[in-house]
Amino acid sequence: MPKQTKKKPKWIHKDLLGLEYLSNEDIILLLDTADSFREILDRTIKKVPALRGKTVVNLFYEPSTRTRVSFEIAAKRLSADVINIATETSSVKKGETLNDTGRNIEALKADIIIVRHNCSGAATMLARNVNISVVNAGDGWHEHPTQGLLDIFTLRKKFGHIEGLNVSIVGDIAHSRVARSNIWGLTKLGAKVTVCAPDILIPPGIEQMGVSVTNDIDEALYDADAVNVLRMQFERDEKAAFPKQLEYFKKFGITEERLKKTRKNIIVMHPGPINRGIEISSKVADGANSVILEQVTNGIAVRMAVLFWLSQAMDKGNKHEASD
Amino acid sequence: MKLLIKNGTVIDPVNKIESAMDILVEDNKISNVAKGIKIDADTIIDATDMIVMPGIVDMHVHLREPGREDKETIASGTMAAAKGGVTTVLAMPNTTPAIDSKKNIQAVKEIIKSSAYIDVLISGAITKGRLGKELCDIAEMKKEGVLAITDDGASVDDEKLMLTAFSMAKKDKMLVICHCEDKDLASQGVVNLGFASTRLGLRGISNESEYKRIERDIKLAKKTGASIHIAHLSCRESVDIIRKAKKNGVNVTAETAPHYFTLNEEAVLDYNTNMKINPPLRSKEDVEAIKQGLKDGTIDVIASDHAPHTENEKEIEFEYAESGTIGLETGLSAGITALVDTGLLTWSELVRKMCSNPAKILGIDKGALGVGQEADIIIVSPGKEWVVKKKNFISRSRNSAFIDMKLKGAVDCTIYKGKIIYGNGAK
Ligand SMILES: [Zn+2]
Ligand SMILES: [Zn+2]
Repeated sequence: MPKQTKKKPKWIHKDLLGLEYLSNEDIILLLDTADSFREILDRTIKKVPALRGKTVVNLFYEPSTRTRVSFEIAAKRLSADVINIATETSSVKKGETLNDTGRNIEALKADIIIVRHNCSGAATMLARNVNISVVNAGDGWHEHPTQGLLDIFTLRKKFGHIEGLNVSIVGDIAHSRVARSNIWGLTKLGAKVTVCAPDILIPPGIEQMGVSVTNDIDEALYDADAVNVLRMQFERDEKAAFPKQLEYFKKFGITEERLKKTRKNIIVMHPGPINRGIEISSKVADGANSVILEQVTNGIAVRMAVLFWLSQAMDKGNKHEASD
Repeated sequence: MKLLIKNGTVIDPVNKIESAMDILVEDNKISNVAKGIKIDADTIIDATDMIVMPGIVDMHVHLREPGREDKETIASGTMAAAKGGVTTVLAMPNTTPAIDSKKNIQAVKEIIKSSAYIDVLISGAITKGRLGKELCDIAEMKKEGVLAITDDGASVDDEKLMLTAFSMAKKDKMLVICHCEDKDLASQGVVNLGFASTRLGLRGISNESEYKRIERDIKLAKKTGASIHIAHLSCRESVDIIRKAKKNGVNVTAETAPHYFTLNEEAVLDYNTNMKINPPLRSKEDVEAIKQGLKDGTIDVIASDHAPHTENEKEIEFEYAESGTIGLETGLSAGITALVDTGLLTWSELVRKMCSNPAKILGIDKGALGVGQEADIIIVSPGKEWVVKKKNFISRSRNSAFIDMKLKGAVDCTIYKGKIIYGNGAK
């Protein structure tokens, strides 16, 4: 009889907290799995039984209909039951702590918590304190890993590969979890990433994450295969001089004129919701270069892949326990 | 009662001893330090292969009592201190209420008298309620035995008020301990600005927020001639500024804490709130600069900035969690591991930073092993390796940045005023 070799499990993570913590093999596994789920979405019967009998809880401390709905559809396509908990505030002074809420959800025998929180690191802390899976659906300015994955998935569908692509991320890098997840994921897969913003929106030491930095939007776009345009929020209470809306659009807004000057036929992405005329012109948003709506559809497939592998890892873990 | 400590290597830089010696303690005082003392003692401790040094004088400790006995009490904090080889602490005045009046000083003195296991010295606030608005009566606090004034936890933002405080302190011969932090420049940060803040997506605290305030306080000290002591140095520029000020004859001394030469900002990368400290854990370059400052004498003192917090205050979202690490039980071992074992400091230099220099700065007859001095002595097992475990702390709080760290050197026995209060048969 041939010697039994223990096969390394394909996926070992209990949680998805950020793309920083995944290997490039992990990311590719998620993208490949998302590919097959993406096909299901175009069928007339869009449901598979992979998560039948599982309960997925959307725990949202920030209002975000689009992300919540995308996760909800993804879970339902996999036949999971979905519960939505929306809490506007997560004050430490009143009410239950995040850890206690998480432990309660665990005691209710849920299988996966999808958490959106205004504090960076909230998902990491929650994951340390519960035994069930935690998916980070955006924590403060830190990471939004499924958004990063769906952006990368969309790029891979367009170009067939990620390695060697020039991707520019434009906008409020300092306060963007989307930017951080994109940077980690893209650089791991061998893309060249450039971030572009006014100095005040570039966090110090970002180069150490493996990106180039520029303040010149035309330079950022010239050689780019794709540009990821971040949503600009001008209501932040930063004391430092924040760029004015109009001035920002003039200097950094993605317009047709700007796209005409680039070397390649550039793909335009946006995590949404878009601010027309603020970071992107309507013509570009609705134009031929835009993949913004494809991103939305791809988001479901990517989230299905994430939920699928997390529940696989947990099932394996349980079986392992039982056989000991 | 006679207690004889035999065959240990005695380290006492004040008396220029760094060799095998015996120490005889009679009642609460040291009566002889010599080679091969032969006497019929009540207790003999064999300190072969051990270091025998003065009890540590930790001049930056938050004991939390009165007001936050859930975090620490004078009893629990001083018991933890004894375990860490600390026999004298300077208690910070940011209690509830703050130590800012005769009445509050007397109240805390009562608690110390009834519950402290070691010497607890008192510091008073600079401003009433530590609010930075109205000066305390420094002369009155001096009369009550306060050894230094500080609003630690906050810096006095009002420069004019601080100038007046320094002038009064000069007149009353009172040391001012400066917590140097410009809140505006720190811009609500929770980790070091740069690598840590960018990776974690958290607001950053610049080096500037610390050293600009040090520059200001040094300027005021120069103007008034007051003696000032800068608490918890964390970054390179601060070390440079103090080095220069000392050269220029300013009456300034400086302290750092073990976490600033042991840990850097990378320790925060998994959002471990025990690593949330103010000032924050800094860059590797800053850690090197702190070590150099210790080496060249710019930094006079290592003090723990022991800052106990409950689990409820730490096991929450990073930006909401309280700042600080406990340090009484790990300070000496961290010093041995990071400074002596690496060859950066000699044992004598370490003893200066932890014992005799703080004693000198506070003007107390401690931190040395001279004949006639109170017998505050610790016996240290220099090669003993141990791993810091959460469950083993004596402190009422467990928020240690050193949990799971392997340290070298452990306190074997703590003697306070001639009595064994920790280890070697003590209960
Ligand atoms: Zn302080
Ligand atoms: Zn302090």
